[in-house]
Amino acid sequence: MHEMSIAQSILDIVAQEMEKNGLKRLIRVKVKHGALTNTVPEALETCFMALTAKTPMEDAIFEIEAIPAKYKCFSCGTEFTTEEHGRLLIPCPSCGEDFGHTVLAGKELYIESIEAE
Amino acid sequence: MKVSVVRNVLEANERLAQELKEVFAQRGILALNLMSSPGAGKTSLLERTLADLRDEFKMAVIEGDLQTDNDARRVAATGAQAVQINTEGGCHLNASMILEALKQIDMEGLDILFIENVGNLVCPAEFDVGEDYKVTLLSVTEGDDKPEKYPLMFNLSAASVLNKTDLLPYVDFSMESAMKHMRALNKDIEIFPTSCRTREGLDAWYGWLRGKRAEKKK
Repeated sequence: MHEMSIAQSILDIVAQEMEKNGLKRLIRVKVKHGALTNTVPEALETCFMALTAKTPMEDAIFEIEAIPAKYKCFSCGTEFTTEEHGRLLIPCPSCGEDFGHTVLAGKELYIESIEAE
Repeated sequence: MKVSVVRNVLEANERLAQELKEVFAQRGILALNLMSSPGAGKTSLLERTLADLRDEFKMAVIEGDLQTDNDARRVAATGAQAVQINTEGGCHLNASMILEALKQIDMEGLDILFIENVGNLVCPAEFDVGEDYKVTLLSVTEGDDKPEKYPLMFNLSAASVLNKTDLLPYVDFSMESAMKHMRALNKDIEIFPTSCRTREGLDAWYGWLRGKRAEKKK
């Protein structure tokens, strides 16, 4: 359950950005979420809701955009993606190798933007 | 108004982890983040290591647990400095906890700092605590499918200690399968089959520690 501390980090960053831009009411926060992070998007959203309940951020929309995992095959160098969440051991669609792929994308977890007024 | 943010969610932790790395680099301290399920043998490995290498290195331990100072007392019995962090429910250690705990450690002449993370094969993988290397333990009683089921931790670890090999005759654990999956997740991972109980395999682990310590000191 480290989603709670991650949701708190999101809130901290949002609060900083709002203050920096002189904004008072949060409408939407958009988070980019890589499929290979050890976090569950639904749990993140629940934690965000719990942390913002009865605060001025209560009505904000928490939007998560998934970033699929992208690999480069250890054996033949083919780059490929998968829709399967969180898989690190996955056969290359080109040569079948499932060993030692390089992860090109999927470990990201960042706040892309906020909408506020 | 839409504001482009593009900030890493874990940036606060990563900034503090960077501070820790600078402290360790300045002092030439090798910092290791020890992770595993509860009961895999992190504390037992530390007890052996701290006692066996006592004359060679000055070592300290930061212990992370939900509650109790049992582990800090166990490792302190070897003569090493030990600081206990109680996360009171928190499932992982983070960099700010380590910064706080370091205040209680005498870093003068320190060679190796072990950070024993909270027993958990999931969350600690996500949080940098300023370590040079992550080391994941797996014990044979947990089952050989764990690297496949909990891939991130093994993917990020420089070394893995496969503990409790003395129990292999009594459990259905395939060393071959566990090691194959670890290497598939991380082709450079160093694997040390050990038994902290019988001491089997500990010398190879000590060899790795000596090598990494020497690299850091340069």
